Amino acid sequence: MTTPRYKRFLLAVLAWAIALIIFFPILWMALTGFKTEAAAIADPSFVFSPTLESYVAVHARADYLKFALNSVVVAFGSTLLALLIAIPSAYSMAFLPTPRTKGTLLWMLSTKMLPPVGVLMPIYLLFRDTGLLDTLTGLIIVYTLMNLPIVVWMLYTFFKDLPRDILEAGRMDGASTLQEVRHLLLPLTLPGIASTGLLAVILSWNESFWSLNLTSSDAAPLTAYIASFSSPEGLFWAKLSAASTMAIAPILVFGWLTQKQMVRGLTFGAVK
Amino acid sequence: MATLQLKQIVKEFGDTRVIRGIDLDIEDREFVVFVGPSGCGKSTLLRMIAGLESVSSGDILIDGQRMNDIGPAERGLAMVFQSYALYPHMTVEDNMGFSLRLAKVPKEERRVKVREAASILQLEPLLDRKPKALSGGQRQRVAIGRAIVRNPSIFLFDEPLSNLDASLRVQMRIELARLHDELDATMIYVTHDQIEAMTMADKIVVLQGGVIEQVGSPMELYHHPRNRFVAGFIGSPKMNFLDVEVVDAKADGVSVALPGGATCEVPVDGSGQAQGASLTLGIRPEHLELDEQGPLEGEIQVLERLGGQTSLYVRRDDMMMTIMADGDVRHRVHDRVRFGFAPQRAHLFDREGLALSSLHEHPLASLNRRDHKASADEKHANGKHANGE
Repeated sequence: MTTPRYKRFLLAVLAWAIALIIFFPILWMALTGFKTEAAAIADPSFVFSPTLESYVAVHARADYLKFALNSVVVAFGSTLLALLIAIPSAYSMAFLPTPRTKGTLLWMLSTKMLPPVGVLMPIYLLFRDTGLLDTLTGLIIVYTLMNLPIVVWMLYTFFKDLPRDILEAGRMDGASTLQEVRHLLLPLTLPGIASTGLLAVILSWNESFWSLNLTSSDAAPLTAYIASFSSPEGLFWAKLSAASTMAIAPILVFGWLTQKQMVRGLTFGAVK
Repeated sequence: MATLQLKQIVKEFGDTRVIRGIDLDIEDREFVVFVGPSGCGKSTLLRMIAGLESVSSGDILIDGQRMNDIGPAERGLAMVFQSYALYPHMTVEDNMGFSLRLAKVPKEERRVKVREAASILQLEPLLDRKPKALSGGQRQRVAIGRAIVRNPSIFLFDEPLSNLDASLRVQMRIELARLHDELDATMIYVTHDQIEAMTMADKIVVLQGGVIEQVGSPMELYHHPRNRFVAGFIGSPKMNFLDVEVVDAKADGVSVALPGGATCEVPVDGSGQAQGASLTLGIRPEHLELDEQGPLEGEIQVLERLGGQTSLYVRRDDMMMTIMADGDVRHRVHDRVRFGFAPQRAHLFDREGLALSSLHEHPLASLNRRDHKASADEKHANGKHANGE
């Protein structure tokens, strides 16, 4: 069965069109970053003389590297912690289920339906009283908890796809639970674990609600960095764009490099 | 080299009892087959022996030692799974050597042992391959090889052939029988296929609804089924059952009235059976004979010619009977035929489905595979004698 040539052509055009529409705001942001403030608010145009003015200004006002480093530490730290907690939980739910396992999973997911602002007050107070405000540790804890339901849920589905027989064969061969996890479960579900981790990194990187509310300077990640360029003196589109471009650049490159892994993980069960 | 004893084994999943009190003795080097319809508890029982499933009550003894609370690996067993359950990310060699690696056996020794097992199964050329590069039959052999490497005292097989196609299944059946001779180990084999049970077992355990219906050699189950269930389950095509009425019952034979009016005296113990009571007569398709003077009659509905044999499906009133007849039968569909049977081939079952005990034990009833082997060995030895001295 082959698709006719014109159909393939139309499909390609459609795909490109959709991709461009989705990509356009990002492109526009990147372009605006190279404009002067005056050009940024002038009539939209692709034709302008590029300048690094905004980048210089942005750089002069805040230490990009500090924010970026915070983002990296928080995103990867929280992901690592979430995986460490989630792998044993998902293992027990997938392989030693109790009548309450399904309910627990649903309950965990339901916590994602609560608007975070609903628990802002108690968490803020808790953080204030425990001295976690504006610390990397505090942010890592919040992000870990925030991502845990999704991470457990994803790992649970990946683990569940693994034939039970294989683990039982391992047990017959003399594997302890730890050996079972190390030699069989982890290598066999690595694509799934990797894509879960990647997703958690991206979610943490892009998170702004908690980072804006719980950090001010020391632990502020890139989201707070961007936010600092809006308000209160008014919006400076070119600087804001330059800052945003720098904020998303690392995760964009990261996503680019790992997209194969991501897609493979997300379709893990389907194509096995 | 190990014996296995099950004592009043019970397994409950929540409120459901899937195994309801099983007692069984398995001798050293015996090939025992658990057979039964799906859901009879045979796989659960095997998994309990393996240690993959806990025992609700009762004891599992291996060589007289209580194993209930001992982990699967320490029981000295190896299991071959229906799905093979090979480790997909390891080569054949690593698959087979995994248990040794966990036991911290040095690499060189591991290699030797894996090669040894591989040579028994002709797996040497495949040692570097991953499971996905193997055919179904090869994967099956690797799974068996992985069990052999562990040098277990008891091998457990959970429907190992059901994923193979028919011709490969026959081949593997023969291979397994050969392995049993070669390895001299106790083997427990679960299947729903009564042909596998008949061909490989020293001892068949027929299970239904979580209880043992009968334990015995293949020939014993075939010739002396203890009840209607075993009679119907063992043998293919299935045994025919007819409702009959007792004319006269004595300890040395029971006369019954067949449908159609004729009477027939079956040599079974009839003590305790009243005249006029209704019984079920069981007769295997291969024991029914086409006979102009036969006491039974019916119309052929379907005729299956297999070449050497012909199966006739004959309608009698509102029930179908199966007759295995000669391959050269000239009858056609819708012919009316008469047929009969030798009374000593018939079985009688009471209302509860229990067989009335037969007065004559079939000469082969106590025969098992080991007897075949023993006599073959004897012949072999005698032959040597004759030739040598």
